[in-house]
Amino acid sequence: MKTLEIINNWVTQNSSVLDLGCGKGEILLYLISSKDIKAVGVEIDGSNINECIASGINVIEQNIDEGLDNFIDNSFDVVIMSQTIQVLKDPRKALQEITRIGNDCIVTIPNFGHWRTRLSLLLTGKMPITDPLPESWFDTPNIHLCTLEDFELLCSETSIQITQKISFNSSGHSNAFTKAWPNLFGASAIYKISK
Amino acid sequence: MTESVGKVTEQIFKLPSDLLLECGKTLKNIELTYETYGELNSDASNAILICHALSGNHHAAGYYKDENERLGWWDALIGPSKAIDTNKFFVVCPNNIGGCHGSTGPSSVDPETQRYYGPDFPVITVKDWVNSQAQLADHLNIKCWHAAIGGSLGGMQALEWCRLFPDRISKAAVIAAAPKLSAQNIAFNEVARQAIITDPDFQEGKYLDSEKSPKRGLRLARMVGHITYLSDEAMRDKFGRELKEGKLNFGFDVEFEVESYLRHQGDVFSESFDANTYLLMTKLLDYYDPAENYKGDLVKAFETIKAKIMVISFSSDWRFSPERSKEIVNALMAAEKDTTYLEIESSHGHDSFLFAEGRYVSALTAFLGN
Repeated sequence: MKTLEIINNWVTQNSSVLDLGCGKGEILLYLISSKDIKAVGVEIDGSNINECIASGINVIEQNIDEGLDNFIDNSFDVVIMSQTIQVLKDPRKALQEITRIGNDCIVTIPNFGHWRTRLSLLLTGKMPITDPLPESWFDTPNIHLCTLEDFELLCSETSIQITQKISFNSSGHSNAFTKAWPNLFGASAIYKISK
Repeated sequence: MTESVGKVTEQIFKLPSDLLLECGKTLKNIELTYETYGELNSDASNAILICHALSGNHHAAGYYKDENERLGWWDALIGPSKAIDTNKFFVVCPNNIGGCHGSTGPSSVDPETQRYYGPDFPVITVKDWVNSQAQLADHLNIKCWHAAIGGSLGGMQALEWCRLFPDRISKAAVIAAAPKLSAQNIAFNEVARQAIITDPDFQEGKYLDSEKSPKRGLRLARMVGHITYLSDEAMRDKFGRELKEGKLNFGFDVEFEVESYLRHQGDVFSESFDANTYLLMTKLLDYYDPAENYKGDLVKAFETIKAKIMVISFSSDWRFSPERSKEIVNALMAAEKDTTYLEIESSHGHDSFLFAEGRYVSALTAFLGN
């Protein structure tokens, strides 16, 4: 899994990591074994939470949409938000909050500017349904999709620095095309950002 | 429903040393009544302490004579293959000091004076309880609890164990608790106390020497308390506005089912509980505030903690609402402690912690097992 390896490279040994929308805790477990991190996950789904508990991961049941003000400024070395920002009610607020809480933040997003998405909309005239975004417009949890351009614009408007960026094609690889034209050939991207 | 631990017997432990209480007094000749379920393993690493709440006791699981009698108060969660699995764990549940179910309390006879302690029993605190439980742990050769678990006031004890004996506890489940009582909580307790104290049969607490006891007061205290244990929704579902005789009688006898239920609860309680113990327990709850010695800073109060702590709250609990549990969680996180938090959807109000329902059970099982 490419993104997991990149996240692993961007996290330093023994650091404290908060994973917002941690799911079953896959990323945190990986980082615990490879980097001996101090891990905290935030999750809303009951069965995911139970999986985290069974794996011994500290997990907090909390709805990110209801705010993160219970987390103190700069209380984590790294805050991870993987494939989560597009389901939130207020992505701008979320970005401001995670960069307040973490010294560094790692965000992964699906790219709505990918050529397949663009082509699908152009040719069919319907909301694109693709492998990374398989749901119909009316039942998708992704209420705030954006392109990589959009995301970067929002970062700059909110004075958030992008310190690293890697985009991947649909099979999860980074190649010459995704490097040269990330917003066209990247199906998703991973960013390291900070205040 | 799965099987129970079966027949259990209560045991008595006489504390080898006197207990210097937080109030400054010393309590001598203390006895703790307790029960155990399951087997302690060879390295004594599987022991779980169960801490009871306000009106609870040491009889947490199983039965005394036959299975048709009322089972222990947490039988739904403690037993073979249950959330607190007695096939894996050695479970210990003491009746706390000041109680009225066997352990030394106001209704015990002071061996030195040969009289009931009654109102002269010292005001004890959660810290005093934990100190007495530590002596019980020594007696059972338990150097370090695998976990301490408790709901409500029991959760406060589990939390206090983590603060006071960081090296003697690995995990704690703090369920339906709060870091301290709110003014509203104290207000309800004060109504309960006034109900007891203003009962003419209270006789300044010395009722054990007479024929009468303040049963009416105790009954009222329990009725008020009971309302705070249930949610509006639970009461609506259970009783609605059902009438006992199906019609209004235009009088003040029992008409609505909820009145009948509350009176019954009050009657049963007033026959089996000691009024001085009730006063003591409510006072102890009012006093609980681990941050008191840290200028109100709960984060500092939690600094000594080493245990992994799981905090659980229930959506319909308005006595100690999820917001109150989050105060504990946020302070633990700020103190960089291993913290897990669950907010479970349940309609049973504060009493939710007594029921073995889905996610609550699986979370406890997972937490204790890993």
